Amino acid sequence: MRILTGAVMAALLSTSGAFADPVDDNLVLNEETEMVVRTAAPDHVSEALDEVMSGWLFRGTETRAMQMDDFDNPGMIFVEQGMDTWSKVDGSEGKSCASCHNDIDSMAGVKATYPKWNEAAGEVRTLQMQVNDCRTERMGAEAWKYDSGTAINMEAALASVSRGVPVNVAIDGPAQSTWEKGKEMYYTRTGQLELSCANCHEDSYGMMIRADHLSQGQINGFPVYRLKNTKLNGSHSRFKGCIRDTRAETYSPGSPEFVALELYVASRGNGLSVEGPSVRN
Amino acid sequence: MASGVKPRVKVPKKATAGDSITIKTLISHKMESGQRKDKEGNVIPRSIINRFTCEFNGENVVDVTLEPAISTNPYLEFEAMVPEAGEFKFTWYDDDGSVYEETKEITVG
Repeated sequence: MRILTGAVMAALLSTSGAFADPVDDNLVLNEETEMVVRTAAPDHVSEALDEVMSGWLFRGTETRAMQMDDFDNPGMIFVEQGMDTWSKVDGSEGKSCASCHNDIDSMAGVKATYPKWNEAAGEVRTLQMQVNDCRTERMGAEAWKYDSGTAINMEAALASVSRGVPVNVAIDGPAQSTWEKGKEMYYTRTGQLELSCANCHEDSYGMMIRADHLSQGQINGFPVYRLKNTKLNGSHSRFKGCIRDTRAETYSPGSPEFVALELYVASRGNGLSVEGPSVRN
Repeated sequence: MASGVKPRVKVPKKATAGDSITIKTLISHKMESGQRKDKEGNVIPRSIINRFTCEFNGENVVDVTLEPAISTNPYLEFEAMVPEAGEFKFTWYDDDGSVYEETKEITVG
C-alpha cells in the first residue's frame, strides 16, 4: 500500500510541471469567427520562439469560454459605450467620429496595423494617439487622457470590429528605429528584481509565476477585460504594471517609451488574430 | 437613476413546445455595496439592483433577490420551459426606485 501511494505521488509530481502549459484549444467567436491563437513565429522573432501563442491559451476553461460569446464577454459592455461615443458630437466643429468615418464597421482591420508610422507627424502613433489627433485637429474637442475610461472604450470598440484580422504591424522603413528602441527595452533588465520582459515572457512562458500562468505576453487581445478589476485595461497600463512588479520606476501610459514597446510587442504577435476586448484574469 | 444602466437579454427566437431553453441576462450597473468609503472617509451610499424578475405571458418564471455582495454588472442565467409562443418580460429594480424593463418574443414550432 505504501509503495502504491508512493507511485501515485510520483505520478502527480511529474505531471505538475506541465500544469501551466498552454492548452490545446481553438477559439471560435460567437460560433462563427475562427481566430488564430497559435501560429508560426514571424521572422523577426523566429530565433527566440518557434510559435507565437495568444494569452487566451494560458487561461482557464471558464475564462476562455467567457471570451467565446459576445454576450458572456463583459468587455463588450464597454465596447457598446465606445460605439455610443463614436456617433456622439463633441467639440467646437460639431462633429462626431461618424461624421467623417461613417459606420464604425468601416474601421475593420485598422487596429491590426497599429502602432503605425504617421508621415505628417513624423512619429509612430498608437491608435489612441490617432484618435486624439482626430479629436483635437478635426473635431475641436479635448484629447482624452491616455488609457482613461473613454479612450480605452473607444480603442476596444475599434478593436472589436477588427476581431479575426491578423495583427500586421510594419516594423521596417521609418518605423524601424522606434521598433529597435522597443526591442532594446524588451531585453533590458530593470528594477531591483532585474527582470526584462523576455525573462518571463520569452524564457519562462508556460511556467507558474506564483499562482498564475505566465503567457508569452502577447498584446493581440488588448484592450483586455480583467476579472480582477472588472474593467478594460490598455497595453500601456499593463506594461506599467509589469515594470512596477520588477520594482522599477515605470514610464507613463502614452510616453514615447511605451509607444516603442507597444510597437515591438505587437510585432511579436504578427499573425495572431486581433482579439480585443479579450477576457483574462 | 444610476448612470450607464443598460439591460441586455439573450433568448432564442424559436423553441420546441415543452423544451427548456437557456436565457442569459446582464444589466450594466455599478452595484455599489454601501460598505466602501471615499477618499475623505465618507461612506459611499449603497446603490444596487435589489430584485430581478422574469415573467412569461404574465406567469412568473423566476424572482431573484440580489444582495450587496453581488459584483458589478450582474449576470443571471437560467432555464425556462416554453409551453407556447409568447413574450418574456424581464424587470430589474434599482435601489433608487428606477425600474428597467426588457421584453423578448419567442415562437414555438
